[in-house]
Amino acid sequence: MSLFSKFDQIRAGIDSLLASGRNPFEVRFERVLSPTEAVLEGRPILLLGTNNYLGLTFDAACVEASTRAVRDAGTGTTGSRIANGTYSGHDMLERRIAEFYGRRSAMIFSTGYQANLGLISTLAGRDDHLLIDADSHASIYDASKLSTAEVIRFRHNDPQDLAHRLRRLKGRPGNRIIVTEGIYSMLGDTAPLREIAAVKREMGAWLIVDEAHSLGILGAHGRGLCEAAGVEDDVDFVVGTFSKSLGAVGGFATSNVPEFDLLRVVCRPYMFTASLPPAVIASVIAALGRISTDSSLGARVLANCRRLYAGLAQAGFELGPEPNPIVAVKMPDRETATRFWNRLIDRGIYVNLALPPATPASLSLIRSSISSAHTEAQIDRAVAVMTAVGRELGVLARRAERAAGASAP
Amino acid sequence: VPGLSYNGNDIEADIVEILMRRVAPGVQVSPQTRIARGLGLDSVAILDFMMDLEDRFDISIPLDRVAEVETVAELGRAVEALMRAAD
Repeated sequence: MSLFSKFDQIRAGIDSLLASGRNPFEVRFERVLSPTEAVLEGRPILLLGTNNYLGLTFDAACVEASTRAVRDAGTGTTGSRIANGTYSGHDMLERRIAEFYGRRSAMIFSTGYQANLGLISTLAGRDDHLLIDADSHASIYDASKLSTAEVIRFRHNDPQDLAHRLRRLKGRPGNRIIVTEGIYSMLGDTAPLREIAAVKREMGAWLIVDEAHSLGILGAHGRGLCEAAGVEDDVDFVVGTFSKSLGAVGGFATSNVPEFDLLRVVCRPYMFTASLPPAVIASVIAALGRISTDSSLGARVLANCRRLYAGLAQAGFELGPEPNPIVAVKMPDRETATRFWNRLIDRGIYVNLALPPATPASLSLIRSSISSAHTEAQIDRAVAVMTAVGRELGVLARRAERAAGASAP
Repeated sequence: VPGLSYNGNDIEADIVEILMRRVAPGVQVSPQTRIARGLGLDSVAILDFMMDLEDRFDISIPLDRVAEVETVAELGRAVEALMRAAD
């Protein structure tokens, strides 16, 4: 048996995608012009699937800070945080994150993926129980694999199911650690955090919330769903990323738990990888400063989300449950989703093609992410093009027929 | 208490019944069926199926146990062991 034969099914899946056009895993932007525009296949394309929520990748202050840092401190740290890879910038950014969240301490990781991998796998040890939402991001699943704890999934966004599964563990030793996300990355739905926090209190568990898609967007100060839901005191650890709202790369965890900093010498995904380069640290400090003092970016992205969501809903598309910076259009099947995605690129719009098993409930999705940098004209163009393609491929006609059929006697 | 009234055959029959709800019509399921192959279920669908089993039998099936089990019959034995441990 060949070494790669275990991937035969994956390969067949890619071959079937290619039959409808491009390989979605090999999209290459020849040039990126701005947070909302790039060049693809020699033509300009509107970016509506890059998680660049606050449009800060080209922010003048962030670019300037980053440029200065690379000149002052070099291109890389060439070492891990526990050896030679901690510069004053790393310490400063950790203090800024802790201040931003009003927490005692923060740790930065080289990616958001590693932040989840490190925090969750290290906190949840032998005899502990990790309870993760069924729709958790891959980094949470991979953290679960790396952890020696017992891992139980609970039904997506279902606090009662969580409580039920916690009760089943009654009498077993060990800590209970609940993991949820602020906004879920595929359908853009938010967690019922108030109810989950109540379960956490009642059952004496710990709570970790990943705010990757909500930092700078939800909450009066941009601290995410924990702030918006008024449950920050119940959340023991907040995880986040620099690669979305903050326009760079990296991740963090922040907490009020007094022993938190012990993780620096036991958390392997923190200890055994190179630290973030000075240029990234500098731009993230600048970006965090910007969102701390300017709430207009968050307000603008939410206005854009509502505009896109309302436009697509009015056209008759079936969407995720709420207008957040991720707006997902449900497609009838994988083939239609693939054709839809290809046709949008033909018409100059880039979105994400999201297929099972990366999606909940085996859904095939056209996933868009919205930026505060999008203009209303860009959003309106996206709605118009998606509506036209929806009609061409029969997605909207079929929906209308079904609706008519359902109401017929 | 479900654990007292179930025997191995009942458990296996229930597992087959719950699994049948997730596979395409016409797909056969037997005790020898390998769950991760041949049924057309992706990794998430298998985890969702395991959640159904947790609720049917009122047990916790930790994720690492899911990876160890290959056939329906093996799953039946694993469920039985977890039910006994929970009693």
